[in-house]
Amino acid sequence: MLRTASRIDLGRGERIRTAQSAFMTVLFTAAGLSAIAVIFLIFIFTFKEAASIFTDPEVGKEANLHRFFVDRQDGPTLVDQFIWQPTSDVPKMSFYPLLAGTLKSAVVGLLFACPIGVAAALFTSEFASRRVREIVKPVIELLAGIPSVVLGFFALIVLATWLQHLFGFTYRLNAYNAGLALGFALVPIVFTISEDGLSAVPRSYREASLAVGATRVQTAFKVILPAATPAIFASFVLAFGRAIGETMILLMAGGNAAITSLSLEDPLRTLSATIAAELGEVVFGSGHYAALFFIGTLLFVITFISNTIGQLIIARMQRRMQGHG
Amino acid sequence: MKKNFLVFLTFSLLFSASCGQRETDTGSTATSTATSSAADSKPMTVKGSDTMVVLGQRFAEEYMKRNPGTIVQINGGGSGTGIAALINGTIDLAQSSRSMKDEERQKVQEQRNAAVVETAVAIDSLAVFVNEQNPVRELSVEQLAGIYTGKTKNWSEVGGKKAPIVLYGRESSSGTYDYFKENVLDKADFSPTAQTLQGTAAIVNAVAKDGNGIGYGGIAYARNVRAIAIKGKGAPAAVAPSENSVADSSYPLSRKLFFYTLQNSPERVSRFVEFALSPEGQAVVKAADYFPLTTGGPGDQGTSTAPATGTDAQNR
Repeated sequence: MLRTASRIDLGRGERIRTAQSAFMTVLFTAAGLSAIAVIFLIFIFTFKEAASIFTDPEVGKEANLHRFFVDRQDGPTLVDQFIWQPTSDVPKMSFYPLLAGTLKSAVVGLLFACPIGVAAALFTSEFASRRVREIVKPVIELLAGIPSVVLGFFALIVLATWLQHLFGFTYRLNAYNAGLALGFALVPIVFTISEDGLSAVPRSYREASLAVGATRVQTAFKVILPAATPAIFASFVLAFGRAIGETMILLMAGGNAAITSLSLEDPLRTLSATIAAELGEVVFGSGHYAALFFIGTLLFVITFISNTIGQLIIARMQRRMQGHG
Repeated sequence: MKKNFLVFLTFSLLFSASCGQRETDTGSTATSTATSSAADSKPMTVKGSDTMVVLGQRFAEEYMKRNPGTIVQINGGGSGTGIAALINGTIDLAQSSRSMKDEERQKVQEQRNAAVVETAVAIDSLAVFVNEQNPVRELSVEQLAGIYTGKTKNWSEVGGKKAPIVLYGRESSSGTYDYFKENVLDKADFSPTAQTLQGTAAIVNAVAKDGNGIGYGGIAYARNVRAIAIKGKGAPAAVAPSENSVADSSYPLSRKLFFYTLQNSPERVSRFVEFALSPEGQAVVKAADYFPLTTGGPGDQGTSTAPATGTDAQNR
């Protein structure tokens, strides 16, 4: 009698448990899938608006690939030849000044952030005492939490003035200023991922290196750093993705002059800042509108590719490290 | 463990149920207020010219003080943004520092099915700012055009030191940009090297810090920069922006600031426009450092004690 009762009890408990786990599985799967669905829908929307330059002849007359990438005005210098002036009486929509601005700021930002980020990661993972590590790590990661508008504002008001006093730039707002401000936002990305990679190098590597008589510095630079190279490279790629997509810092600190020049002392205007500055006044469905969405699609594709590459490298390295561990 | 989980599940279910309940509650109250009370408790939404944001806010504050219970929300974004919002029907009133283009009027007619009403509410004078260290005191409109189209690249060409000219301007969504392009550049394109900043305050800040900078914007923003005198096309002499020179239109760069509304807009909108035109409203205009509409002769307003900010900045 007693035994049967307990058996019934157990059966019911099990059934509830399976129902629970099935329910939770559905819930979490739905949450996960919704994130993918949202990204997918955003891409579809952006792409659809951009595609009107191919599908709508009216829009295509105003904005087309020829105008974006080939058209060239008369003029002695590149600055006069490739111009972004979509609201002019004769719209000019060359992407080159914007591409130049985006690349210049990204390069300066990465040149600043990559060495600092990696050095800081190497320091915290290999040299810092536990107490120091527990202060440095969260502080650098806190840098990622600073709103980009604050960084941009700082660069616009303070940093630009410092740099101009130091180096005597003609233009206060230039690629150095914008890139440096952008670099502040990239340091935590490079740091966090590099640091994860360095700490993921198995203990056995360290022990083996020290056992054959290498110093800590030799171990850090000759053993740990090479072993973590894929992660460090991945951090650069992900930081590049962020640099391409970052908007507010560059809108505020870059000076927003669409100039086709590779000089870092000139002001710049990035692809993303162009969308932010111009989407507010654009006439819906016009060529200018489609051109802005085309820029958006371009940015989406670039960041999608760089993020995918970064994540793939990280995943591969994790698999390899686990194999060794 | 299992029990805990059940408790958690029950709570979460209860919680979500109560949330749902609350949602429907607020939903019903919202609709009931909308139907029962008069339409003027609905907030009136205003959007447009960045130059006019301050002015609009002062109007709104004063208006709401006089008419308790009314809510007026003012947003910036640029004249073009405001007009686009009026066309799309998301706002009640657009503030603009340029007059509406014909095609925009037509779009309002098509999409909102109503004629657009233009009301000038104040006068703004567009000042040209240079750094206080800059020896240049005056420029002609032609010289300005040369500077901003990129033909004149050095201050020495217009009577200054030997130094490159650094151009600051506004985004193309700004009414100030349109006004400057039409009235100074004669519709020619700005030089690509002109840096576009997000508002007149940002331009003033940049010029105040940049010894070789030049910028333009509403006179009310002039702080720590010099608003130079401008010589109009064919005018005998350069005129500095001041209340008098704007009022008697001897200063070449002054413009009207407009309210745009729909002809069939509700009464709360037209009452706000009426307020802006009333003597109290025009006093607000003056207090906000803009120039009131001079209905009588220029002498009417000339006796005011409030100094124009332009002269103020020059004396500093």
